[in-house]
Amino acid sequence: MIPAGFAYHRPADVASAIAVLQEHGDEARVLAGGHSLIPMMKLRMAAPAHLVDLQDIAELRGIEIGADAVTIGAMVTQHDLIAHEGLAEALPIIREAALQIADPQVRYKGTIGGNVANGDPGNDMPGLMQCLDATYTLAGPDGTREVKAREFYEAAYFTAREDDEILTRITIPRPAAGTGWAYEKVKRKIGDYATAAAAVLVGKGTASVAMTNLADTPVWSEAASAALAAGDVEGCVAAMLEAIDPVEDNRGPVAFKKHAAGVVLRRAIARAQSRAG
Amino acid sequence: MTDQTMTPEERAASLEGMGCRRKRVEDVRFTQGKGNYVDDIKLPGMLFGAFVRSPYAHARVKSINADAAKALPGVVAVLTAEDLAPLGLHWMPTLAGDKQMVLADGKVLFQGQEVAFVVAEDRYTAADAVELVEVEYEELPVVTDPFRALEPDAPVLREDIKDQKEGAHGPRKHHNHIFTWEQGDREATEKVLEEADVVAEEMIYYHRTHPCPLETCGCVASMDKVTGKLTVWGTFQAPHAIRTVVSLISGIAEHNIRIISPDIGGGFGNKVGAYPGYVCSVVASIVTGRPVKWVENRMENLMSTAFARDYWMKGRIAATKDGRITGLWCHVTADHGGFDACADPTKFPAGFFNICTGSYDIPVAYLCVDGVYTNKAPGGVAYRCSFRVTEAAYFIERMIEVLAIELGMDAAELRRINFIRKDQFPYKSALGWEYDSGDYHTAWEKALKAVDYEGLRREQAQRIEEFKAGKTRKLLGIGLSHFTEIVGAGPVKNCDILGLGMFDSCEIRIHPTGSAIARLGTISQGQGHATTFAQILASELGIPASDITVEEGDTDTAPYGLGTYGSRSTPVAGAATAMAARKIRAKAQMIAAYLLEVHDDDVEWDVDRFVVKGNPERFKTMKEIAFAAYNQAIPGLEPGLEAVSYYDPPNMTYPFRAYICVMEIDVDTGEWQVRQFYALDDCGTRINPMIIEGQVHGGLTEALAIAMGQEIAYDEMGNVKTGTLMDFFIPTAWETPNYITDHTVTPSPHHPIGAKGVGESPNVGGVPAFSNAVHDAFRAFGLRQAHMPHDHWRIWQIAENLGLHA
Ligand SMILES: Cc1cc2nc3c(=O)[nH]c(=O)nc-3n(C[C@H](O)[C@H](O)[C@H](O)COP(=O)(O)OP(=O)(O)OC[C@H]3O[C@@H](n4cnc5c(N)ncnc54)[C@H](O)[C@@H]3O)c2cc1C
Repeated sequence: MIPAGFAYHRPADVASAIAVLQEHGDEARVLAGGHSLIPMMKLRMAAPAHLVDLQDIAELRGIEIGADAVTIGAMVTQHDLIAHEGLAEALPIIREAALQIADPQVRYKGTIGGNVANGDPGNDMPGLMQCLDATYTLAGPDGTREVKAREFYEAAYFTAREDDEILTRITIPRPAAGTGWAYEKVKRKIGDYATAAAAVLVGKGTASVAMTNLADTPVWSEAASAALAAGDVEGCVAAMLEAIDPVEDNRGPVAFKKHAAGVVLRRAIARAQSRAG
Repeated sequence: MTDQTMTPEERAASLEGMGCRRKRVEDVRFTQGKGNYVDDIKLPGMLFGAFVRSPYAHARVKSINADAAKALPGVVAVLTAEDLAPLGLHWMPTLAGDKQMVLADGKVLFQGQEVAFVVAEDRYTAADAVELVEVEYEELPVVTDPFRALEPDAPVLREDIKDQKEGAHGPRKHHNHIFTWEQGDREATEKVLEEADVVAEEMIYYHRTHPCPLETCGCVASMDKVTGKLTVWGTFQAPHAIRTVVSLISGIAEHNIRIISPDIGGGFGNKVGAYPGYVCSVVASIVTGRPVKWVENRMENLMSTAFARDYWMKGRIAATKDGRITGLWCHVTADHGGFDACADPTKFPAGFFNICTGSYDIPVAYLCVDGVYTNKAPGGVAYRCSFRVTEAAYFIERMIEVLAIELGMDAAELRRINFIRKDQFPYKSALGWEYDSGDYHTAWEKALKAVDYEGLRREQAQRIEEFKAGKTRKLLGIGLSHFTEIVGAGPVKNCDILGLGMFDSCEIRIHPTGSAIARLGTISQGQGHATTFAQILASELGIPASDITVEEGDTDTAPYGLGTYGSRSTPVAGAATAMAARKIRAKAQMIAAYLLEVHDDDVEWDVDRFVVKGNPERFKTMKEIAFAAYNQAIPGLEPGLEAVSYYDPPNMTYPFRAYICVMEIDVDTGEWQVRQFYALDDCGTRINPMIIEGQVHGGLTEALAIAMGQEIAYDEMGNVKTGTLMDFFIPTAWETPNYITDHTVTPSPHHPIGAKGVGESPNVGGVPAFSNAVHDAFRAFGLRQAHMPHDHWRIWQIAENLGLHA
């Protein structure tokens, strides 16, 4: 459980970090909280020759609660997300989801940027960000660009991010007043990734539904969202079960995962509906 | 209050002796991070060893090229079987009479097997060098199923013994067969089965799991070339046995070997056996002349050091129409992995599995166990149990439930009518044991009453109605378990490991000022020996427990003993402690009588002193006696006050328990929640109730893990699927339920203080309680048997198979 050797960089701003990435290409990886990357390095499944630690970069921190949108810096930890009262008021679903990630130790270190940039289908934040229709800001050598969370994920560990880009901020539109919300997750134990998880927003004539760890990317379903917006719960579940594509692993066979997905989604919908008003 | 004015009760209480909820003296250092574990040991010039391990479960090793590794700066040596062969150390004997490769000798038999040992200046260089060793493998067909292993055309796993017809435990029937072990009366049992009113038959699988102590296995070996003395610090549950084994296999004289077990971060059976890492570290230290440290990582621990269970238990149980059990038949197919490295007393290749008649008066029984080689890691250790007792308890407690279903009877009632009665003890079981004592009915009634068993059954019936009416998706399971353990191995006449008799020992020295040190042949791995053994001595000698040091684990100072596992420390070394103390008291009596100028018989023991009979104002305290023992010439007596006892127990002890688990189960997601767990333990005399409760909490939590998710699973290629703690279930505070502990006290009649051992029973009896709760939840819907672990998807599968998702 000892990683291969690497050079360690600790830039103080985004531009310097990008410069290091540019210089070393795919030999370099950025390091945020390290709670996905370092386990992979210890298993020697990842062996970057250069690690670019983002922790000294102040511009990657901070949560801003605007009238129409919330902006979260990439280096905001999951613990920060839980502790932030303004965020809990504006987007309570984030706290509910973050509390179901790993355990307190992991949440003190793990960041939202790392969670969404990682591309691991097991991560909870990507599905939630798709449900919330978040936008990621990516900074690279040629400036910044914006990518919708719903268009960011290509396959397991493959995303729209280029090797020399850094995810700097996440912008989330504030849902209309009275929107109900729920994040529901079934897992084997504390510290486990989801067997199935669902993020649901439901308001007057609107809805958004996404699920986690049931395909090689998070699954936001337009059809499922539309069905729920129209008040058709069974139609929503059916559309989502069409959209997911789970694989067998230690959490169970495909049939079980599909069954659990349906149950988890129904639970989330029921809770979201009970909170709408 | 002075010594003079205290009542005998007050004086006794001030000693903090037996029965006192004394706080653990060990915890002062453990809770401050001041424990001293193997990995804390740092010696000047120390090197680090690390293994190259096989990625394949079955393969021929065509070649090993270590040139690149050796060229890496900081690498000192790379050992392979070829290097060990001239020393005869490329293979080593196992505790089960088999032999095991230290480093791959031409082939590998399980994923993670040790292939080469890299020695480097630091552990980082060692890890890099491991990657540089090139091994060429030729894959061979893999067998992970023990039934497949016994088919005529199954691949030959152990080519080294393929033509050997005789194994360590009798004839071998097949090239992958290890032993057959038969107990009881086959003919009589089969006759009873044929003629019985009712026979219930079931295959019960106790899956493969792992003790997974928090601290993994490791050692530091240091050969002093000047003195010729080898010192090995290691995670050893049996330091003296390791010393003898090291001497026998290395040829180093036993007095030149010193084995030290420092603080150990949990053992649970994982640290009983000898591992290739120990041998390689010793050889590397001899070769390099420098100390060598080897410490496993978590994945290595889960994949290569001793697993537990993996028993396929086919059972048939016969009864009369009204539920009287008339006979029990059992055949076990035991998956031992690539080498037979079980840790059992030599004459018991399936350990004490023949305790499988449990708490019941079963007139005839027959047991047959077949041990089998497969392409899995070796082991088969007693994971917090006394030699396969856990498997046995699970088997009988499942068979009772299956019989209850067959009879249409309540499982609590079925147990009640079949328990061995109090007046039948000492009780000779059909499979050859003599149960020393017990009062099962009293414990059972107490337990049922405590949980309001009738009320629970009514609630359950109502829940079933609600479920059928579509009002809930949760079922309620009531898991019962009553079991009898056999611990405290054991009488030397039938218990030995590699020929070493399983007695144990205690040596006590009373210092002139009346404090003391006691050394034992056992070794605590978290059980709190320094606390409890001092309490035994406090009560026996009248010295405050806080004035007694208890020391274990250094073979240069401690008396010879067989170590700590199988709940044997209190039954065996605890007995030795009391016996040694009594020798001291006998001498103290003579000293007191001399000082008081009366005849030996005219003084009597009173808590912490000898008093003149009928004249209690005239006394000598133990403290005064100790001083006199060293400083006063007493005619006919040698100076000093010390004693040693080697205790060979006349019998095992038979603690018993009544556990009840109430569990809520979601039939759709398989999620479960333990609503209530009641644990009644009878371990005889209770030395420290707080430590007992702690042991029960810990063991029950392991049992919860095993029953509800913990497993070492392999795919068909022999790859370990559960090699990290992401997949290998270790409960956190979140999953751990609240336990209610209770007790009855039935002292062992043959143990000097009546104690029976408690460390393992909650694991042994907890597993059937949790598993029976899952089964019981589905009983009304037709479930008879579903194998553990009962993780979410397997519970879902039960419901799916029963049509509960339709
Ligand atoms: C025991 C355990 C349990 C866990 N359980 C869960 C769980 O239930 N749910 C869950 O969602 N997560 C879980 N995690 C993962 C945890 O939440 C991680 O912290 C998170 O996924 C990654 O965040 P990080 O800051 O640690 O990223 P890192 O590990 O530092 O980085 C992860 C990846 O993202 C890249 N990266 C990081 N930041 C940026 C950036 N700003 N721009 C571009 N690339 C970036 C890195 O280069 C790396 O490839 C668990 C982790 C552990 C150890």
